Amino acid sequence: MEPVPGSSGSPPASPIPGPGRRAAAPSVGSWPVPRDPARRGSGGPARRAWEGRRRPAPASMTSAPEPGIPAPGGKAGRRRQLPERVSGGLSGAWGAVMSESSISALPPGRPSRQPFIHQESLSLDSSCFSSPPVNFLQELPSYRSIARKRTTILSRDKQSGTLLKPTDSYNFQLEGELTEDLDSQSIRKYALNISEKRRLRDIQETQMKYLSEWDQWKRYSSKSWKRFIEKAREMTTHLELWREDIRSIEGKFGTGIQSYFSFLRFLVLLNLVIFLIIFMVVLLPVLLTRYKITNSSFILIPSQDVDIQCTVYPISSSGLIYFYSYVIDLLSGTGFLEDTYLFYGHYTIDGVKFQNFTYDLPLAYLLSTIAYLALSLVWIVKRSVEGFKINLIRSEEHFQSYCNKVFAGWDFCITNRSMADLKHSSLRYELRADLEEERIRQKIAERTSEETIRIYSLRLFLNCIVLAVLAACFYAIYKATIFSQEHMKKEIDKMVFGENLLILYLPSIVITLANFITPIIFAKIIHYEDYSPGFEIRLTILRCVFMRLATICVLVFTLGSKITSCDNYLCELCGYNQKLYPCWETQVGQEMYKLMIFDLIIILAVTLFVDFPRKILVTYCSSWKLFQCWGEQEFAIPDNVLGIVYGQTICWIGAFFSPLLPAIATLKFIIIFYVKEHPVLQSLRAIHQLQHHLGSGPQDSEHLPQLAADAGLWHHFGSLRSAFFHDHLPHYVLLHRPGRSAQAGGRPAPRAAEPGKS
Amino acid sequence: EGGMGTVKQSDDFTLTGSLPSARAHRRFCELLPQEHRSVEESLQARVSLEQILSLPELKANPFKERICKVFSTSPSRDSLSFEDFLDLLSVFSDTATPDIKSHYAFRIFDFDDDGTLNREDLSQLVNCLTGESEDTRLSASEMKQLIDNILEESDIDRDGTINLSEFQHVISRSPDFASFTV
Repeated sequence: MEPVPGSSGSPPASPIPGPGRRAAAPSVGSWPVPRDPARRGSGGPARRAWEGRRRPAPASMTSAPEPGIPAPGGKAGRRRQLPERVSGGLSGAWGAVMSESSISALPPGRPSRQPFIHQESLSLDSSCFSSPPVNFLQELPSYRSIARKRTTILSRDKQSGTLLKPTDSYNFQLEGELTEDLDSQSIRKYALNISEKRRLRDIQETQMKYLSEWDQWKRYSSKSWKRFIEKAREMTTHLELWREDIRSIEGKFGTGIQSYFSFLRFLVLLNLVIFLIIFMVVLLPVLLTRYKITNSSFILIPSQDVDIQCTVYPISSSGLIYFYSYVIDLLSGTGFLEDTYLFYGHYTIDGVKFQNFTYDLPLAYLLSTIAYLALSLVWIVKRSVEGFKINLIRSEEHFQSYCNKVFAGWDFCITNRSMADLKHSSLRYELRADLEEERIRQKIAERTSEETIRIYSLRLFLNCIVLAVLAACFYAIYKATIFSQEHMKKEIDKMVFGENLLILYLPSIVITLANFITPIIFAKIIHYEDYSPGFEIRLTILRCVFMRLATICVLVFTLGSKITSCDNYLCELCGYNQKLYPCWETQVGQEMYKLMIFDLIIILAVTLFVDFPRKILVTYCSSWKLFQCWGEQEFAIPDNVLGIVYGQTICWIGAFFSPLLPAIATLKFIIIFYVKEHPVLQSLRAIHQLQHHLGSGPQDSEHLPQLAADAGLWHHFGSLRSAFFHDHLPHYVLLHRPGRSAQAGGRPAPRAAEPGKS
Repeated sequence: EGGMGTVKQSDDFTLTGSLPSARAHRRFCELLPQEHRSVEESLQARVSLEQILSLPELKANPFKERICKVFSTSPSRDSLSFEDFLDLLSVFSDTATPDIKSHYAFRIFDFDDDGTLNREDLSQLVNCLTGESEDTRLSASEMKQLIDNILEESDIDRDGTINLSEFQHVISRSPDFASFTV
């Protein structure tokens, strides 16, 4: 490797000092400070260029050339590529060769060849914009497309034709190019201090005087248009829902938790828009006609080809109504709720006749379903696009993960001392985990074949257990649904209130239990499968997501089979079991409605009756050993996100059968937002207090639950896929390992000390 | 008029986004002693490092001293004028381009101000990230392994240091750099 010009003393051919040399001149150090007044004194040759004088020959070359200081947003031209910057900091054959050849190739005395590159000139230099100093980087397609864009912009600007005061020919060119490419908005984006930018703007304004009237007007109007657009954009950001709340969450708890809440906000907006679509297209004509707001009437077309029996829909109403039946009806969608706008069965109208046209309501209903499903898809894809881009980059395993963590690891939004401590320990933990994982991977690569066979057979066995668990859950849900459907038809007054409710909610209860137990089982199992930590997390999450979504599918499938199964050929008449299910769409809608309500109840109940007392106990009874071990409150991001995705899936499935379900979902998510926001603010603070009580420092063992919360890299949470490939979820596994918090403090240490273990 | 006019003009030069210069000026004035808070004086006055470090946004930041040093234009690099303060806000606002952010990030991370990030810079950087007390540091072997990995990922020319262009190249591929915002 050839010596870097300057990194090891004097370079061979050119008088370029390297970055390593501590400059003698007080003006610069080897790292030119833009606002160093001493440096101003010693002179910016670039500065003098502005004043229209020739630069002196390179006298004080005390600074390293700055490679690649950008003039961002700039319209950089190729012409001004300064090859000297190549020499800065580069070693290697190509670097030295390029610099030397370029130096020799350039005539002396031209200021642009001067190796002492003032930071200003570099920044203002139109070619500075991210131009990589090394040849091979220029081969990258990304750079090439940027360069192509630059040249087109440059040529476009040149065509606009500016009349410049003829001064010194070179400096004329210098000023000309630079001011050509500048417009006032891009002055902001230069990495200069304000006084330099002011000078730039003054120069640009003097240049403006020499433009023709038309050009001046064009430039002025484009400036004011851009300013208007910016103001408008700023205004619209103020209209964002819950902007202040989410910002404060981001500041206190980092971007991980903030992404959960912004996802929640997105779902609220999505459901609101879906409901608006349904309202406009389906509900509005019906309401307008029913309440005589417009002069229209309903049309009922008797169906010819379907047996009259299939259209009979008796709404059951018992004679004596107990008071609690209203509660049951509210919770299960039966009784008084059944024949309302809430469910499909109510929309029996075939058309609405306005003055000039007939509005086909069934068609509108169907089209609205397609419309909001398509809208949801498009919106989610749009939102996930960033996440996918990142996944593509990250799909190479551990691509630049260390650099990413170290250079971009600190979340500058954090203002809270305790959150900063959490972030510190989170980073520490992540770095250690990554290093550990690398060591483990190396160890795995050195496994003997005997061990490999043993491990693979163990994994096969454990996967069979996982499948068995899943099958057991599905069977339980199937049975519960069948049982519930069969017993729902009994009279209300024949049953006790609690029993009735239990029967109605049996599928929901079973699903929720299954969703609660299976992650724990999976976490235990995966411990024995001996994967690398990153893969462990991914596999666990995959299994949990599959579990959640498959349970809904099993429920729907069971309902479907029940609806279409008949004892004695009754199905041939209408295609489904008309006797038991006079309106099967409403029944399915009712099941979805029950699932949604139950989901909301469970989330509220867990937050209010489990987390809140836990927090109280932990804060005030922390002297008891029991509560110390148990009481740590965590905000498990993966769990919570899966919960709201599950809720949204129910909404989508049920929206066709129950048109008002998106509105209910909107309300549900709003309630969840406020409920979750509150405990989060309190619970994590409780942990900090716990530390003080225990008199210990920010050790890993106490922080691990919050590390999960603070997995601060859930920025672009558009899709669950980003969860799968996320490297920063070792904490998820920790959350579900019972007794983990007790051992967790020792976890990094023993793993570091015994890499041979596992 | 001249004073506030100058302040408002700064809007053209900075990317403060949601925090226009007048508000920034108010924040800045709060750091000055009572008698120097007139507009003319505040534009010329300088605020010492200790006072800037007491700002809530910077208090919890492990890089606060470096941030102040980088943005300071005084000869001894220990005080900030109002323009420096605006520069600081501008770079850290969410409307600043990634190029500006990466440029200044490089300068902040360059602890010895030599224009490159060498092993000592990186090791100091990691120590800043992991915590402020002695027992939060990585062990020597872990640090070596980590720095080896970092250099392997980012040092294109294999000279043992990271220069600005390599740094920007790495940052441009880093999905989390958006967190460089206050």
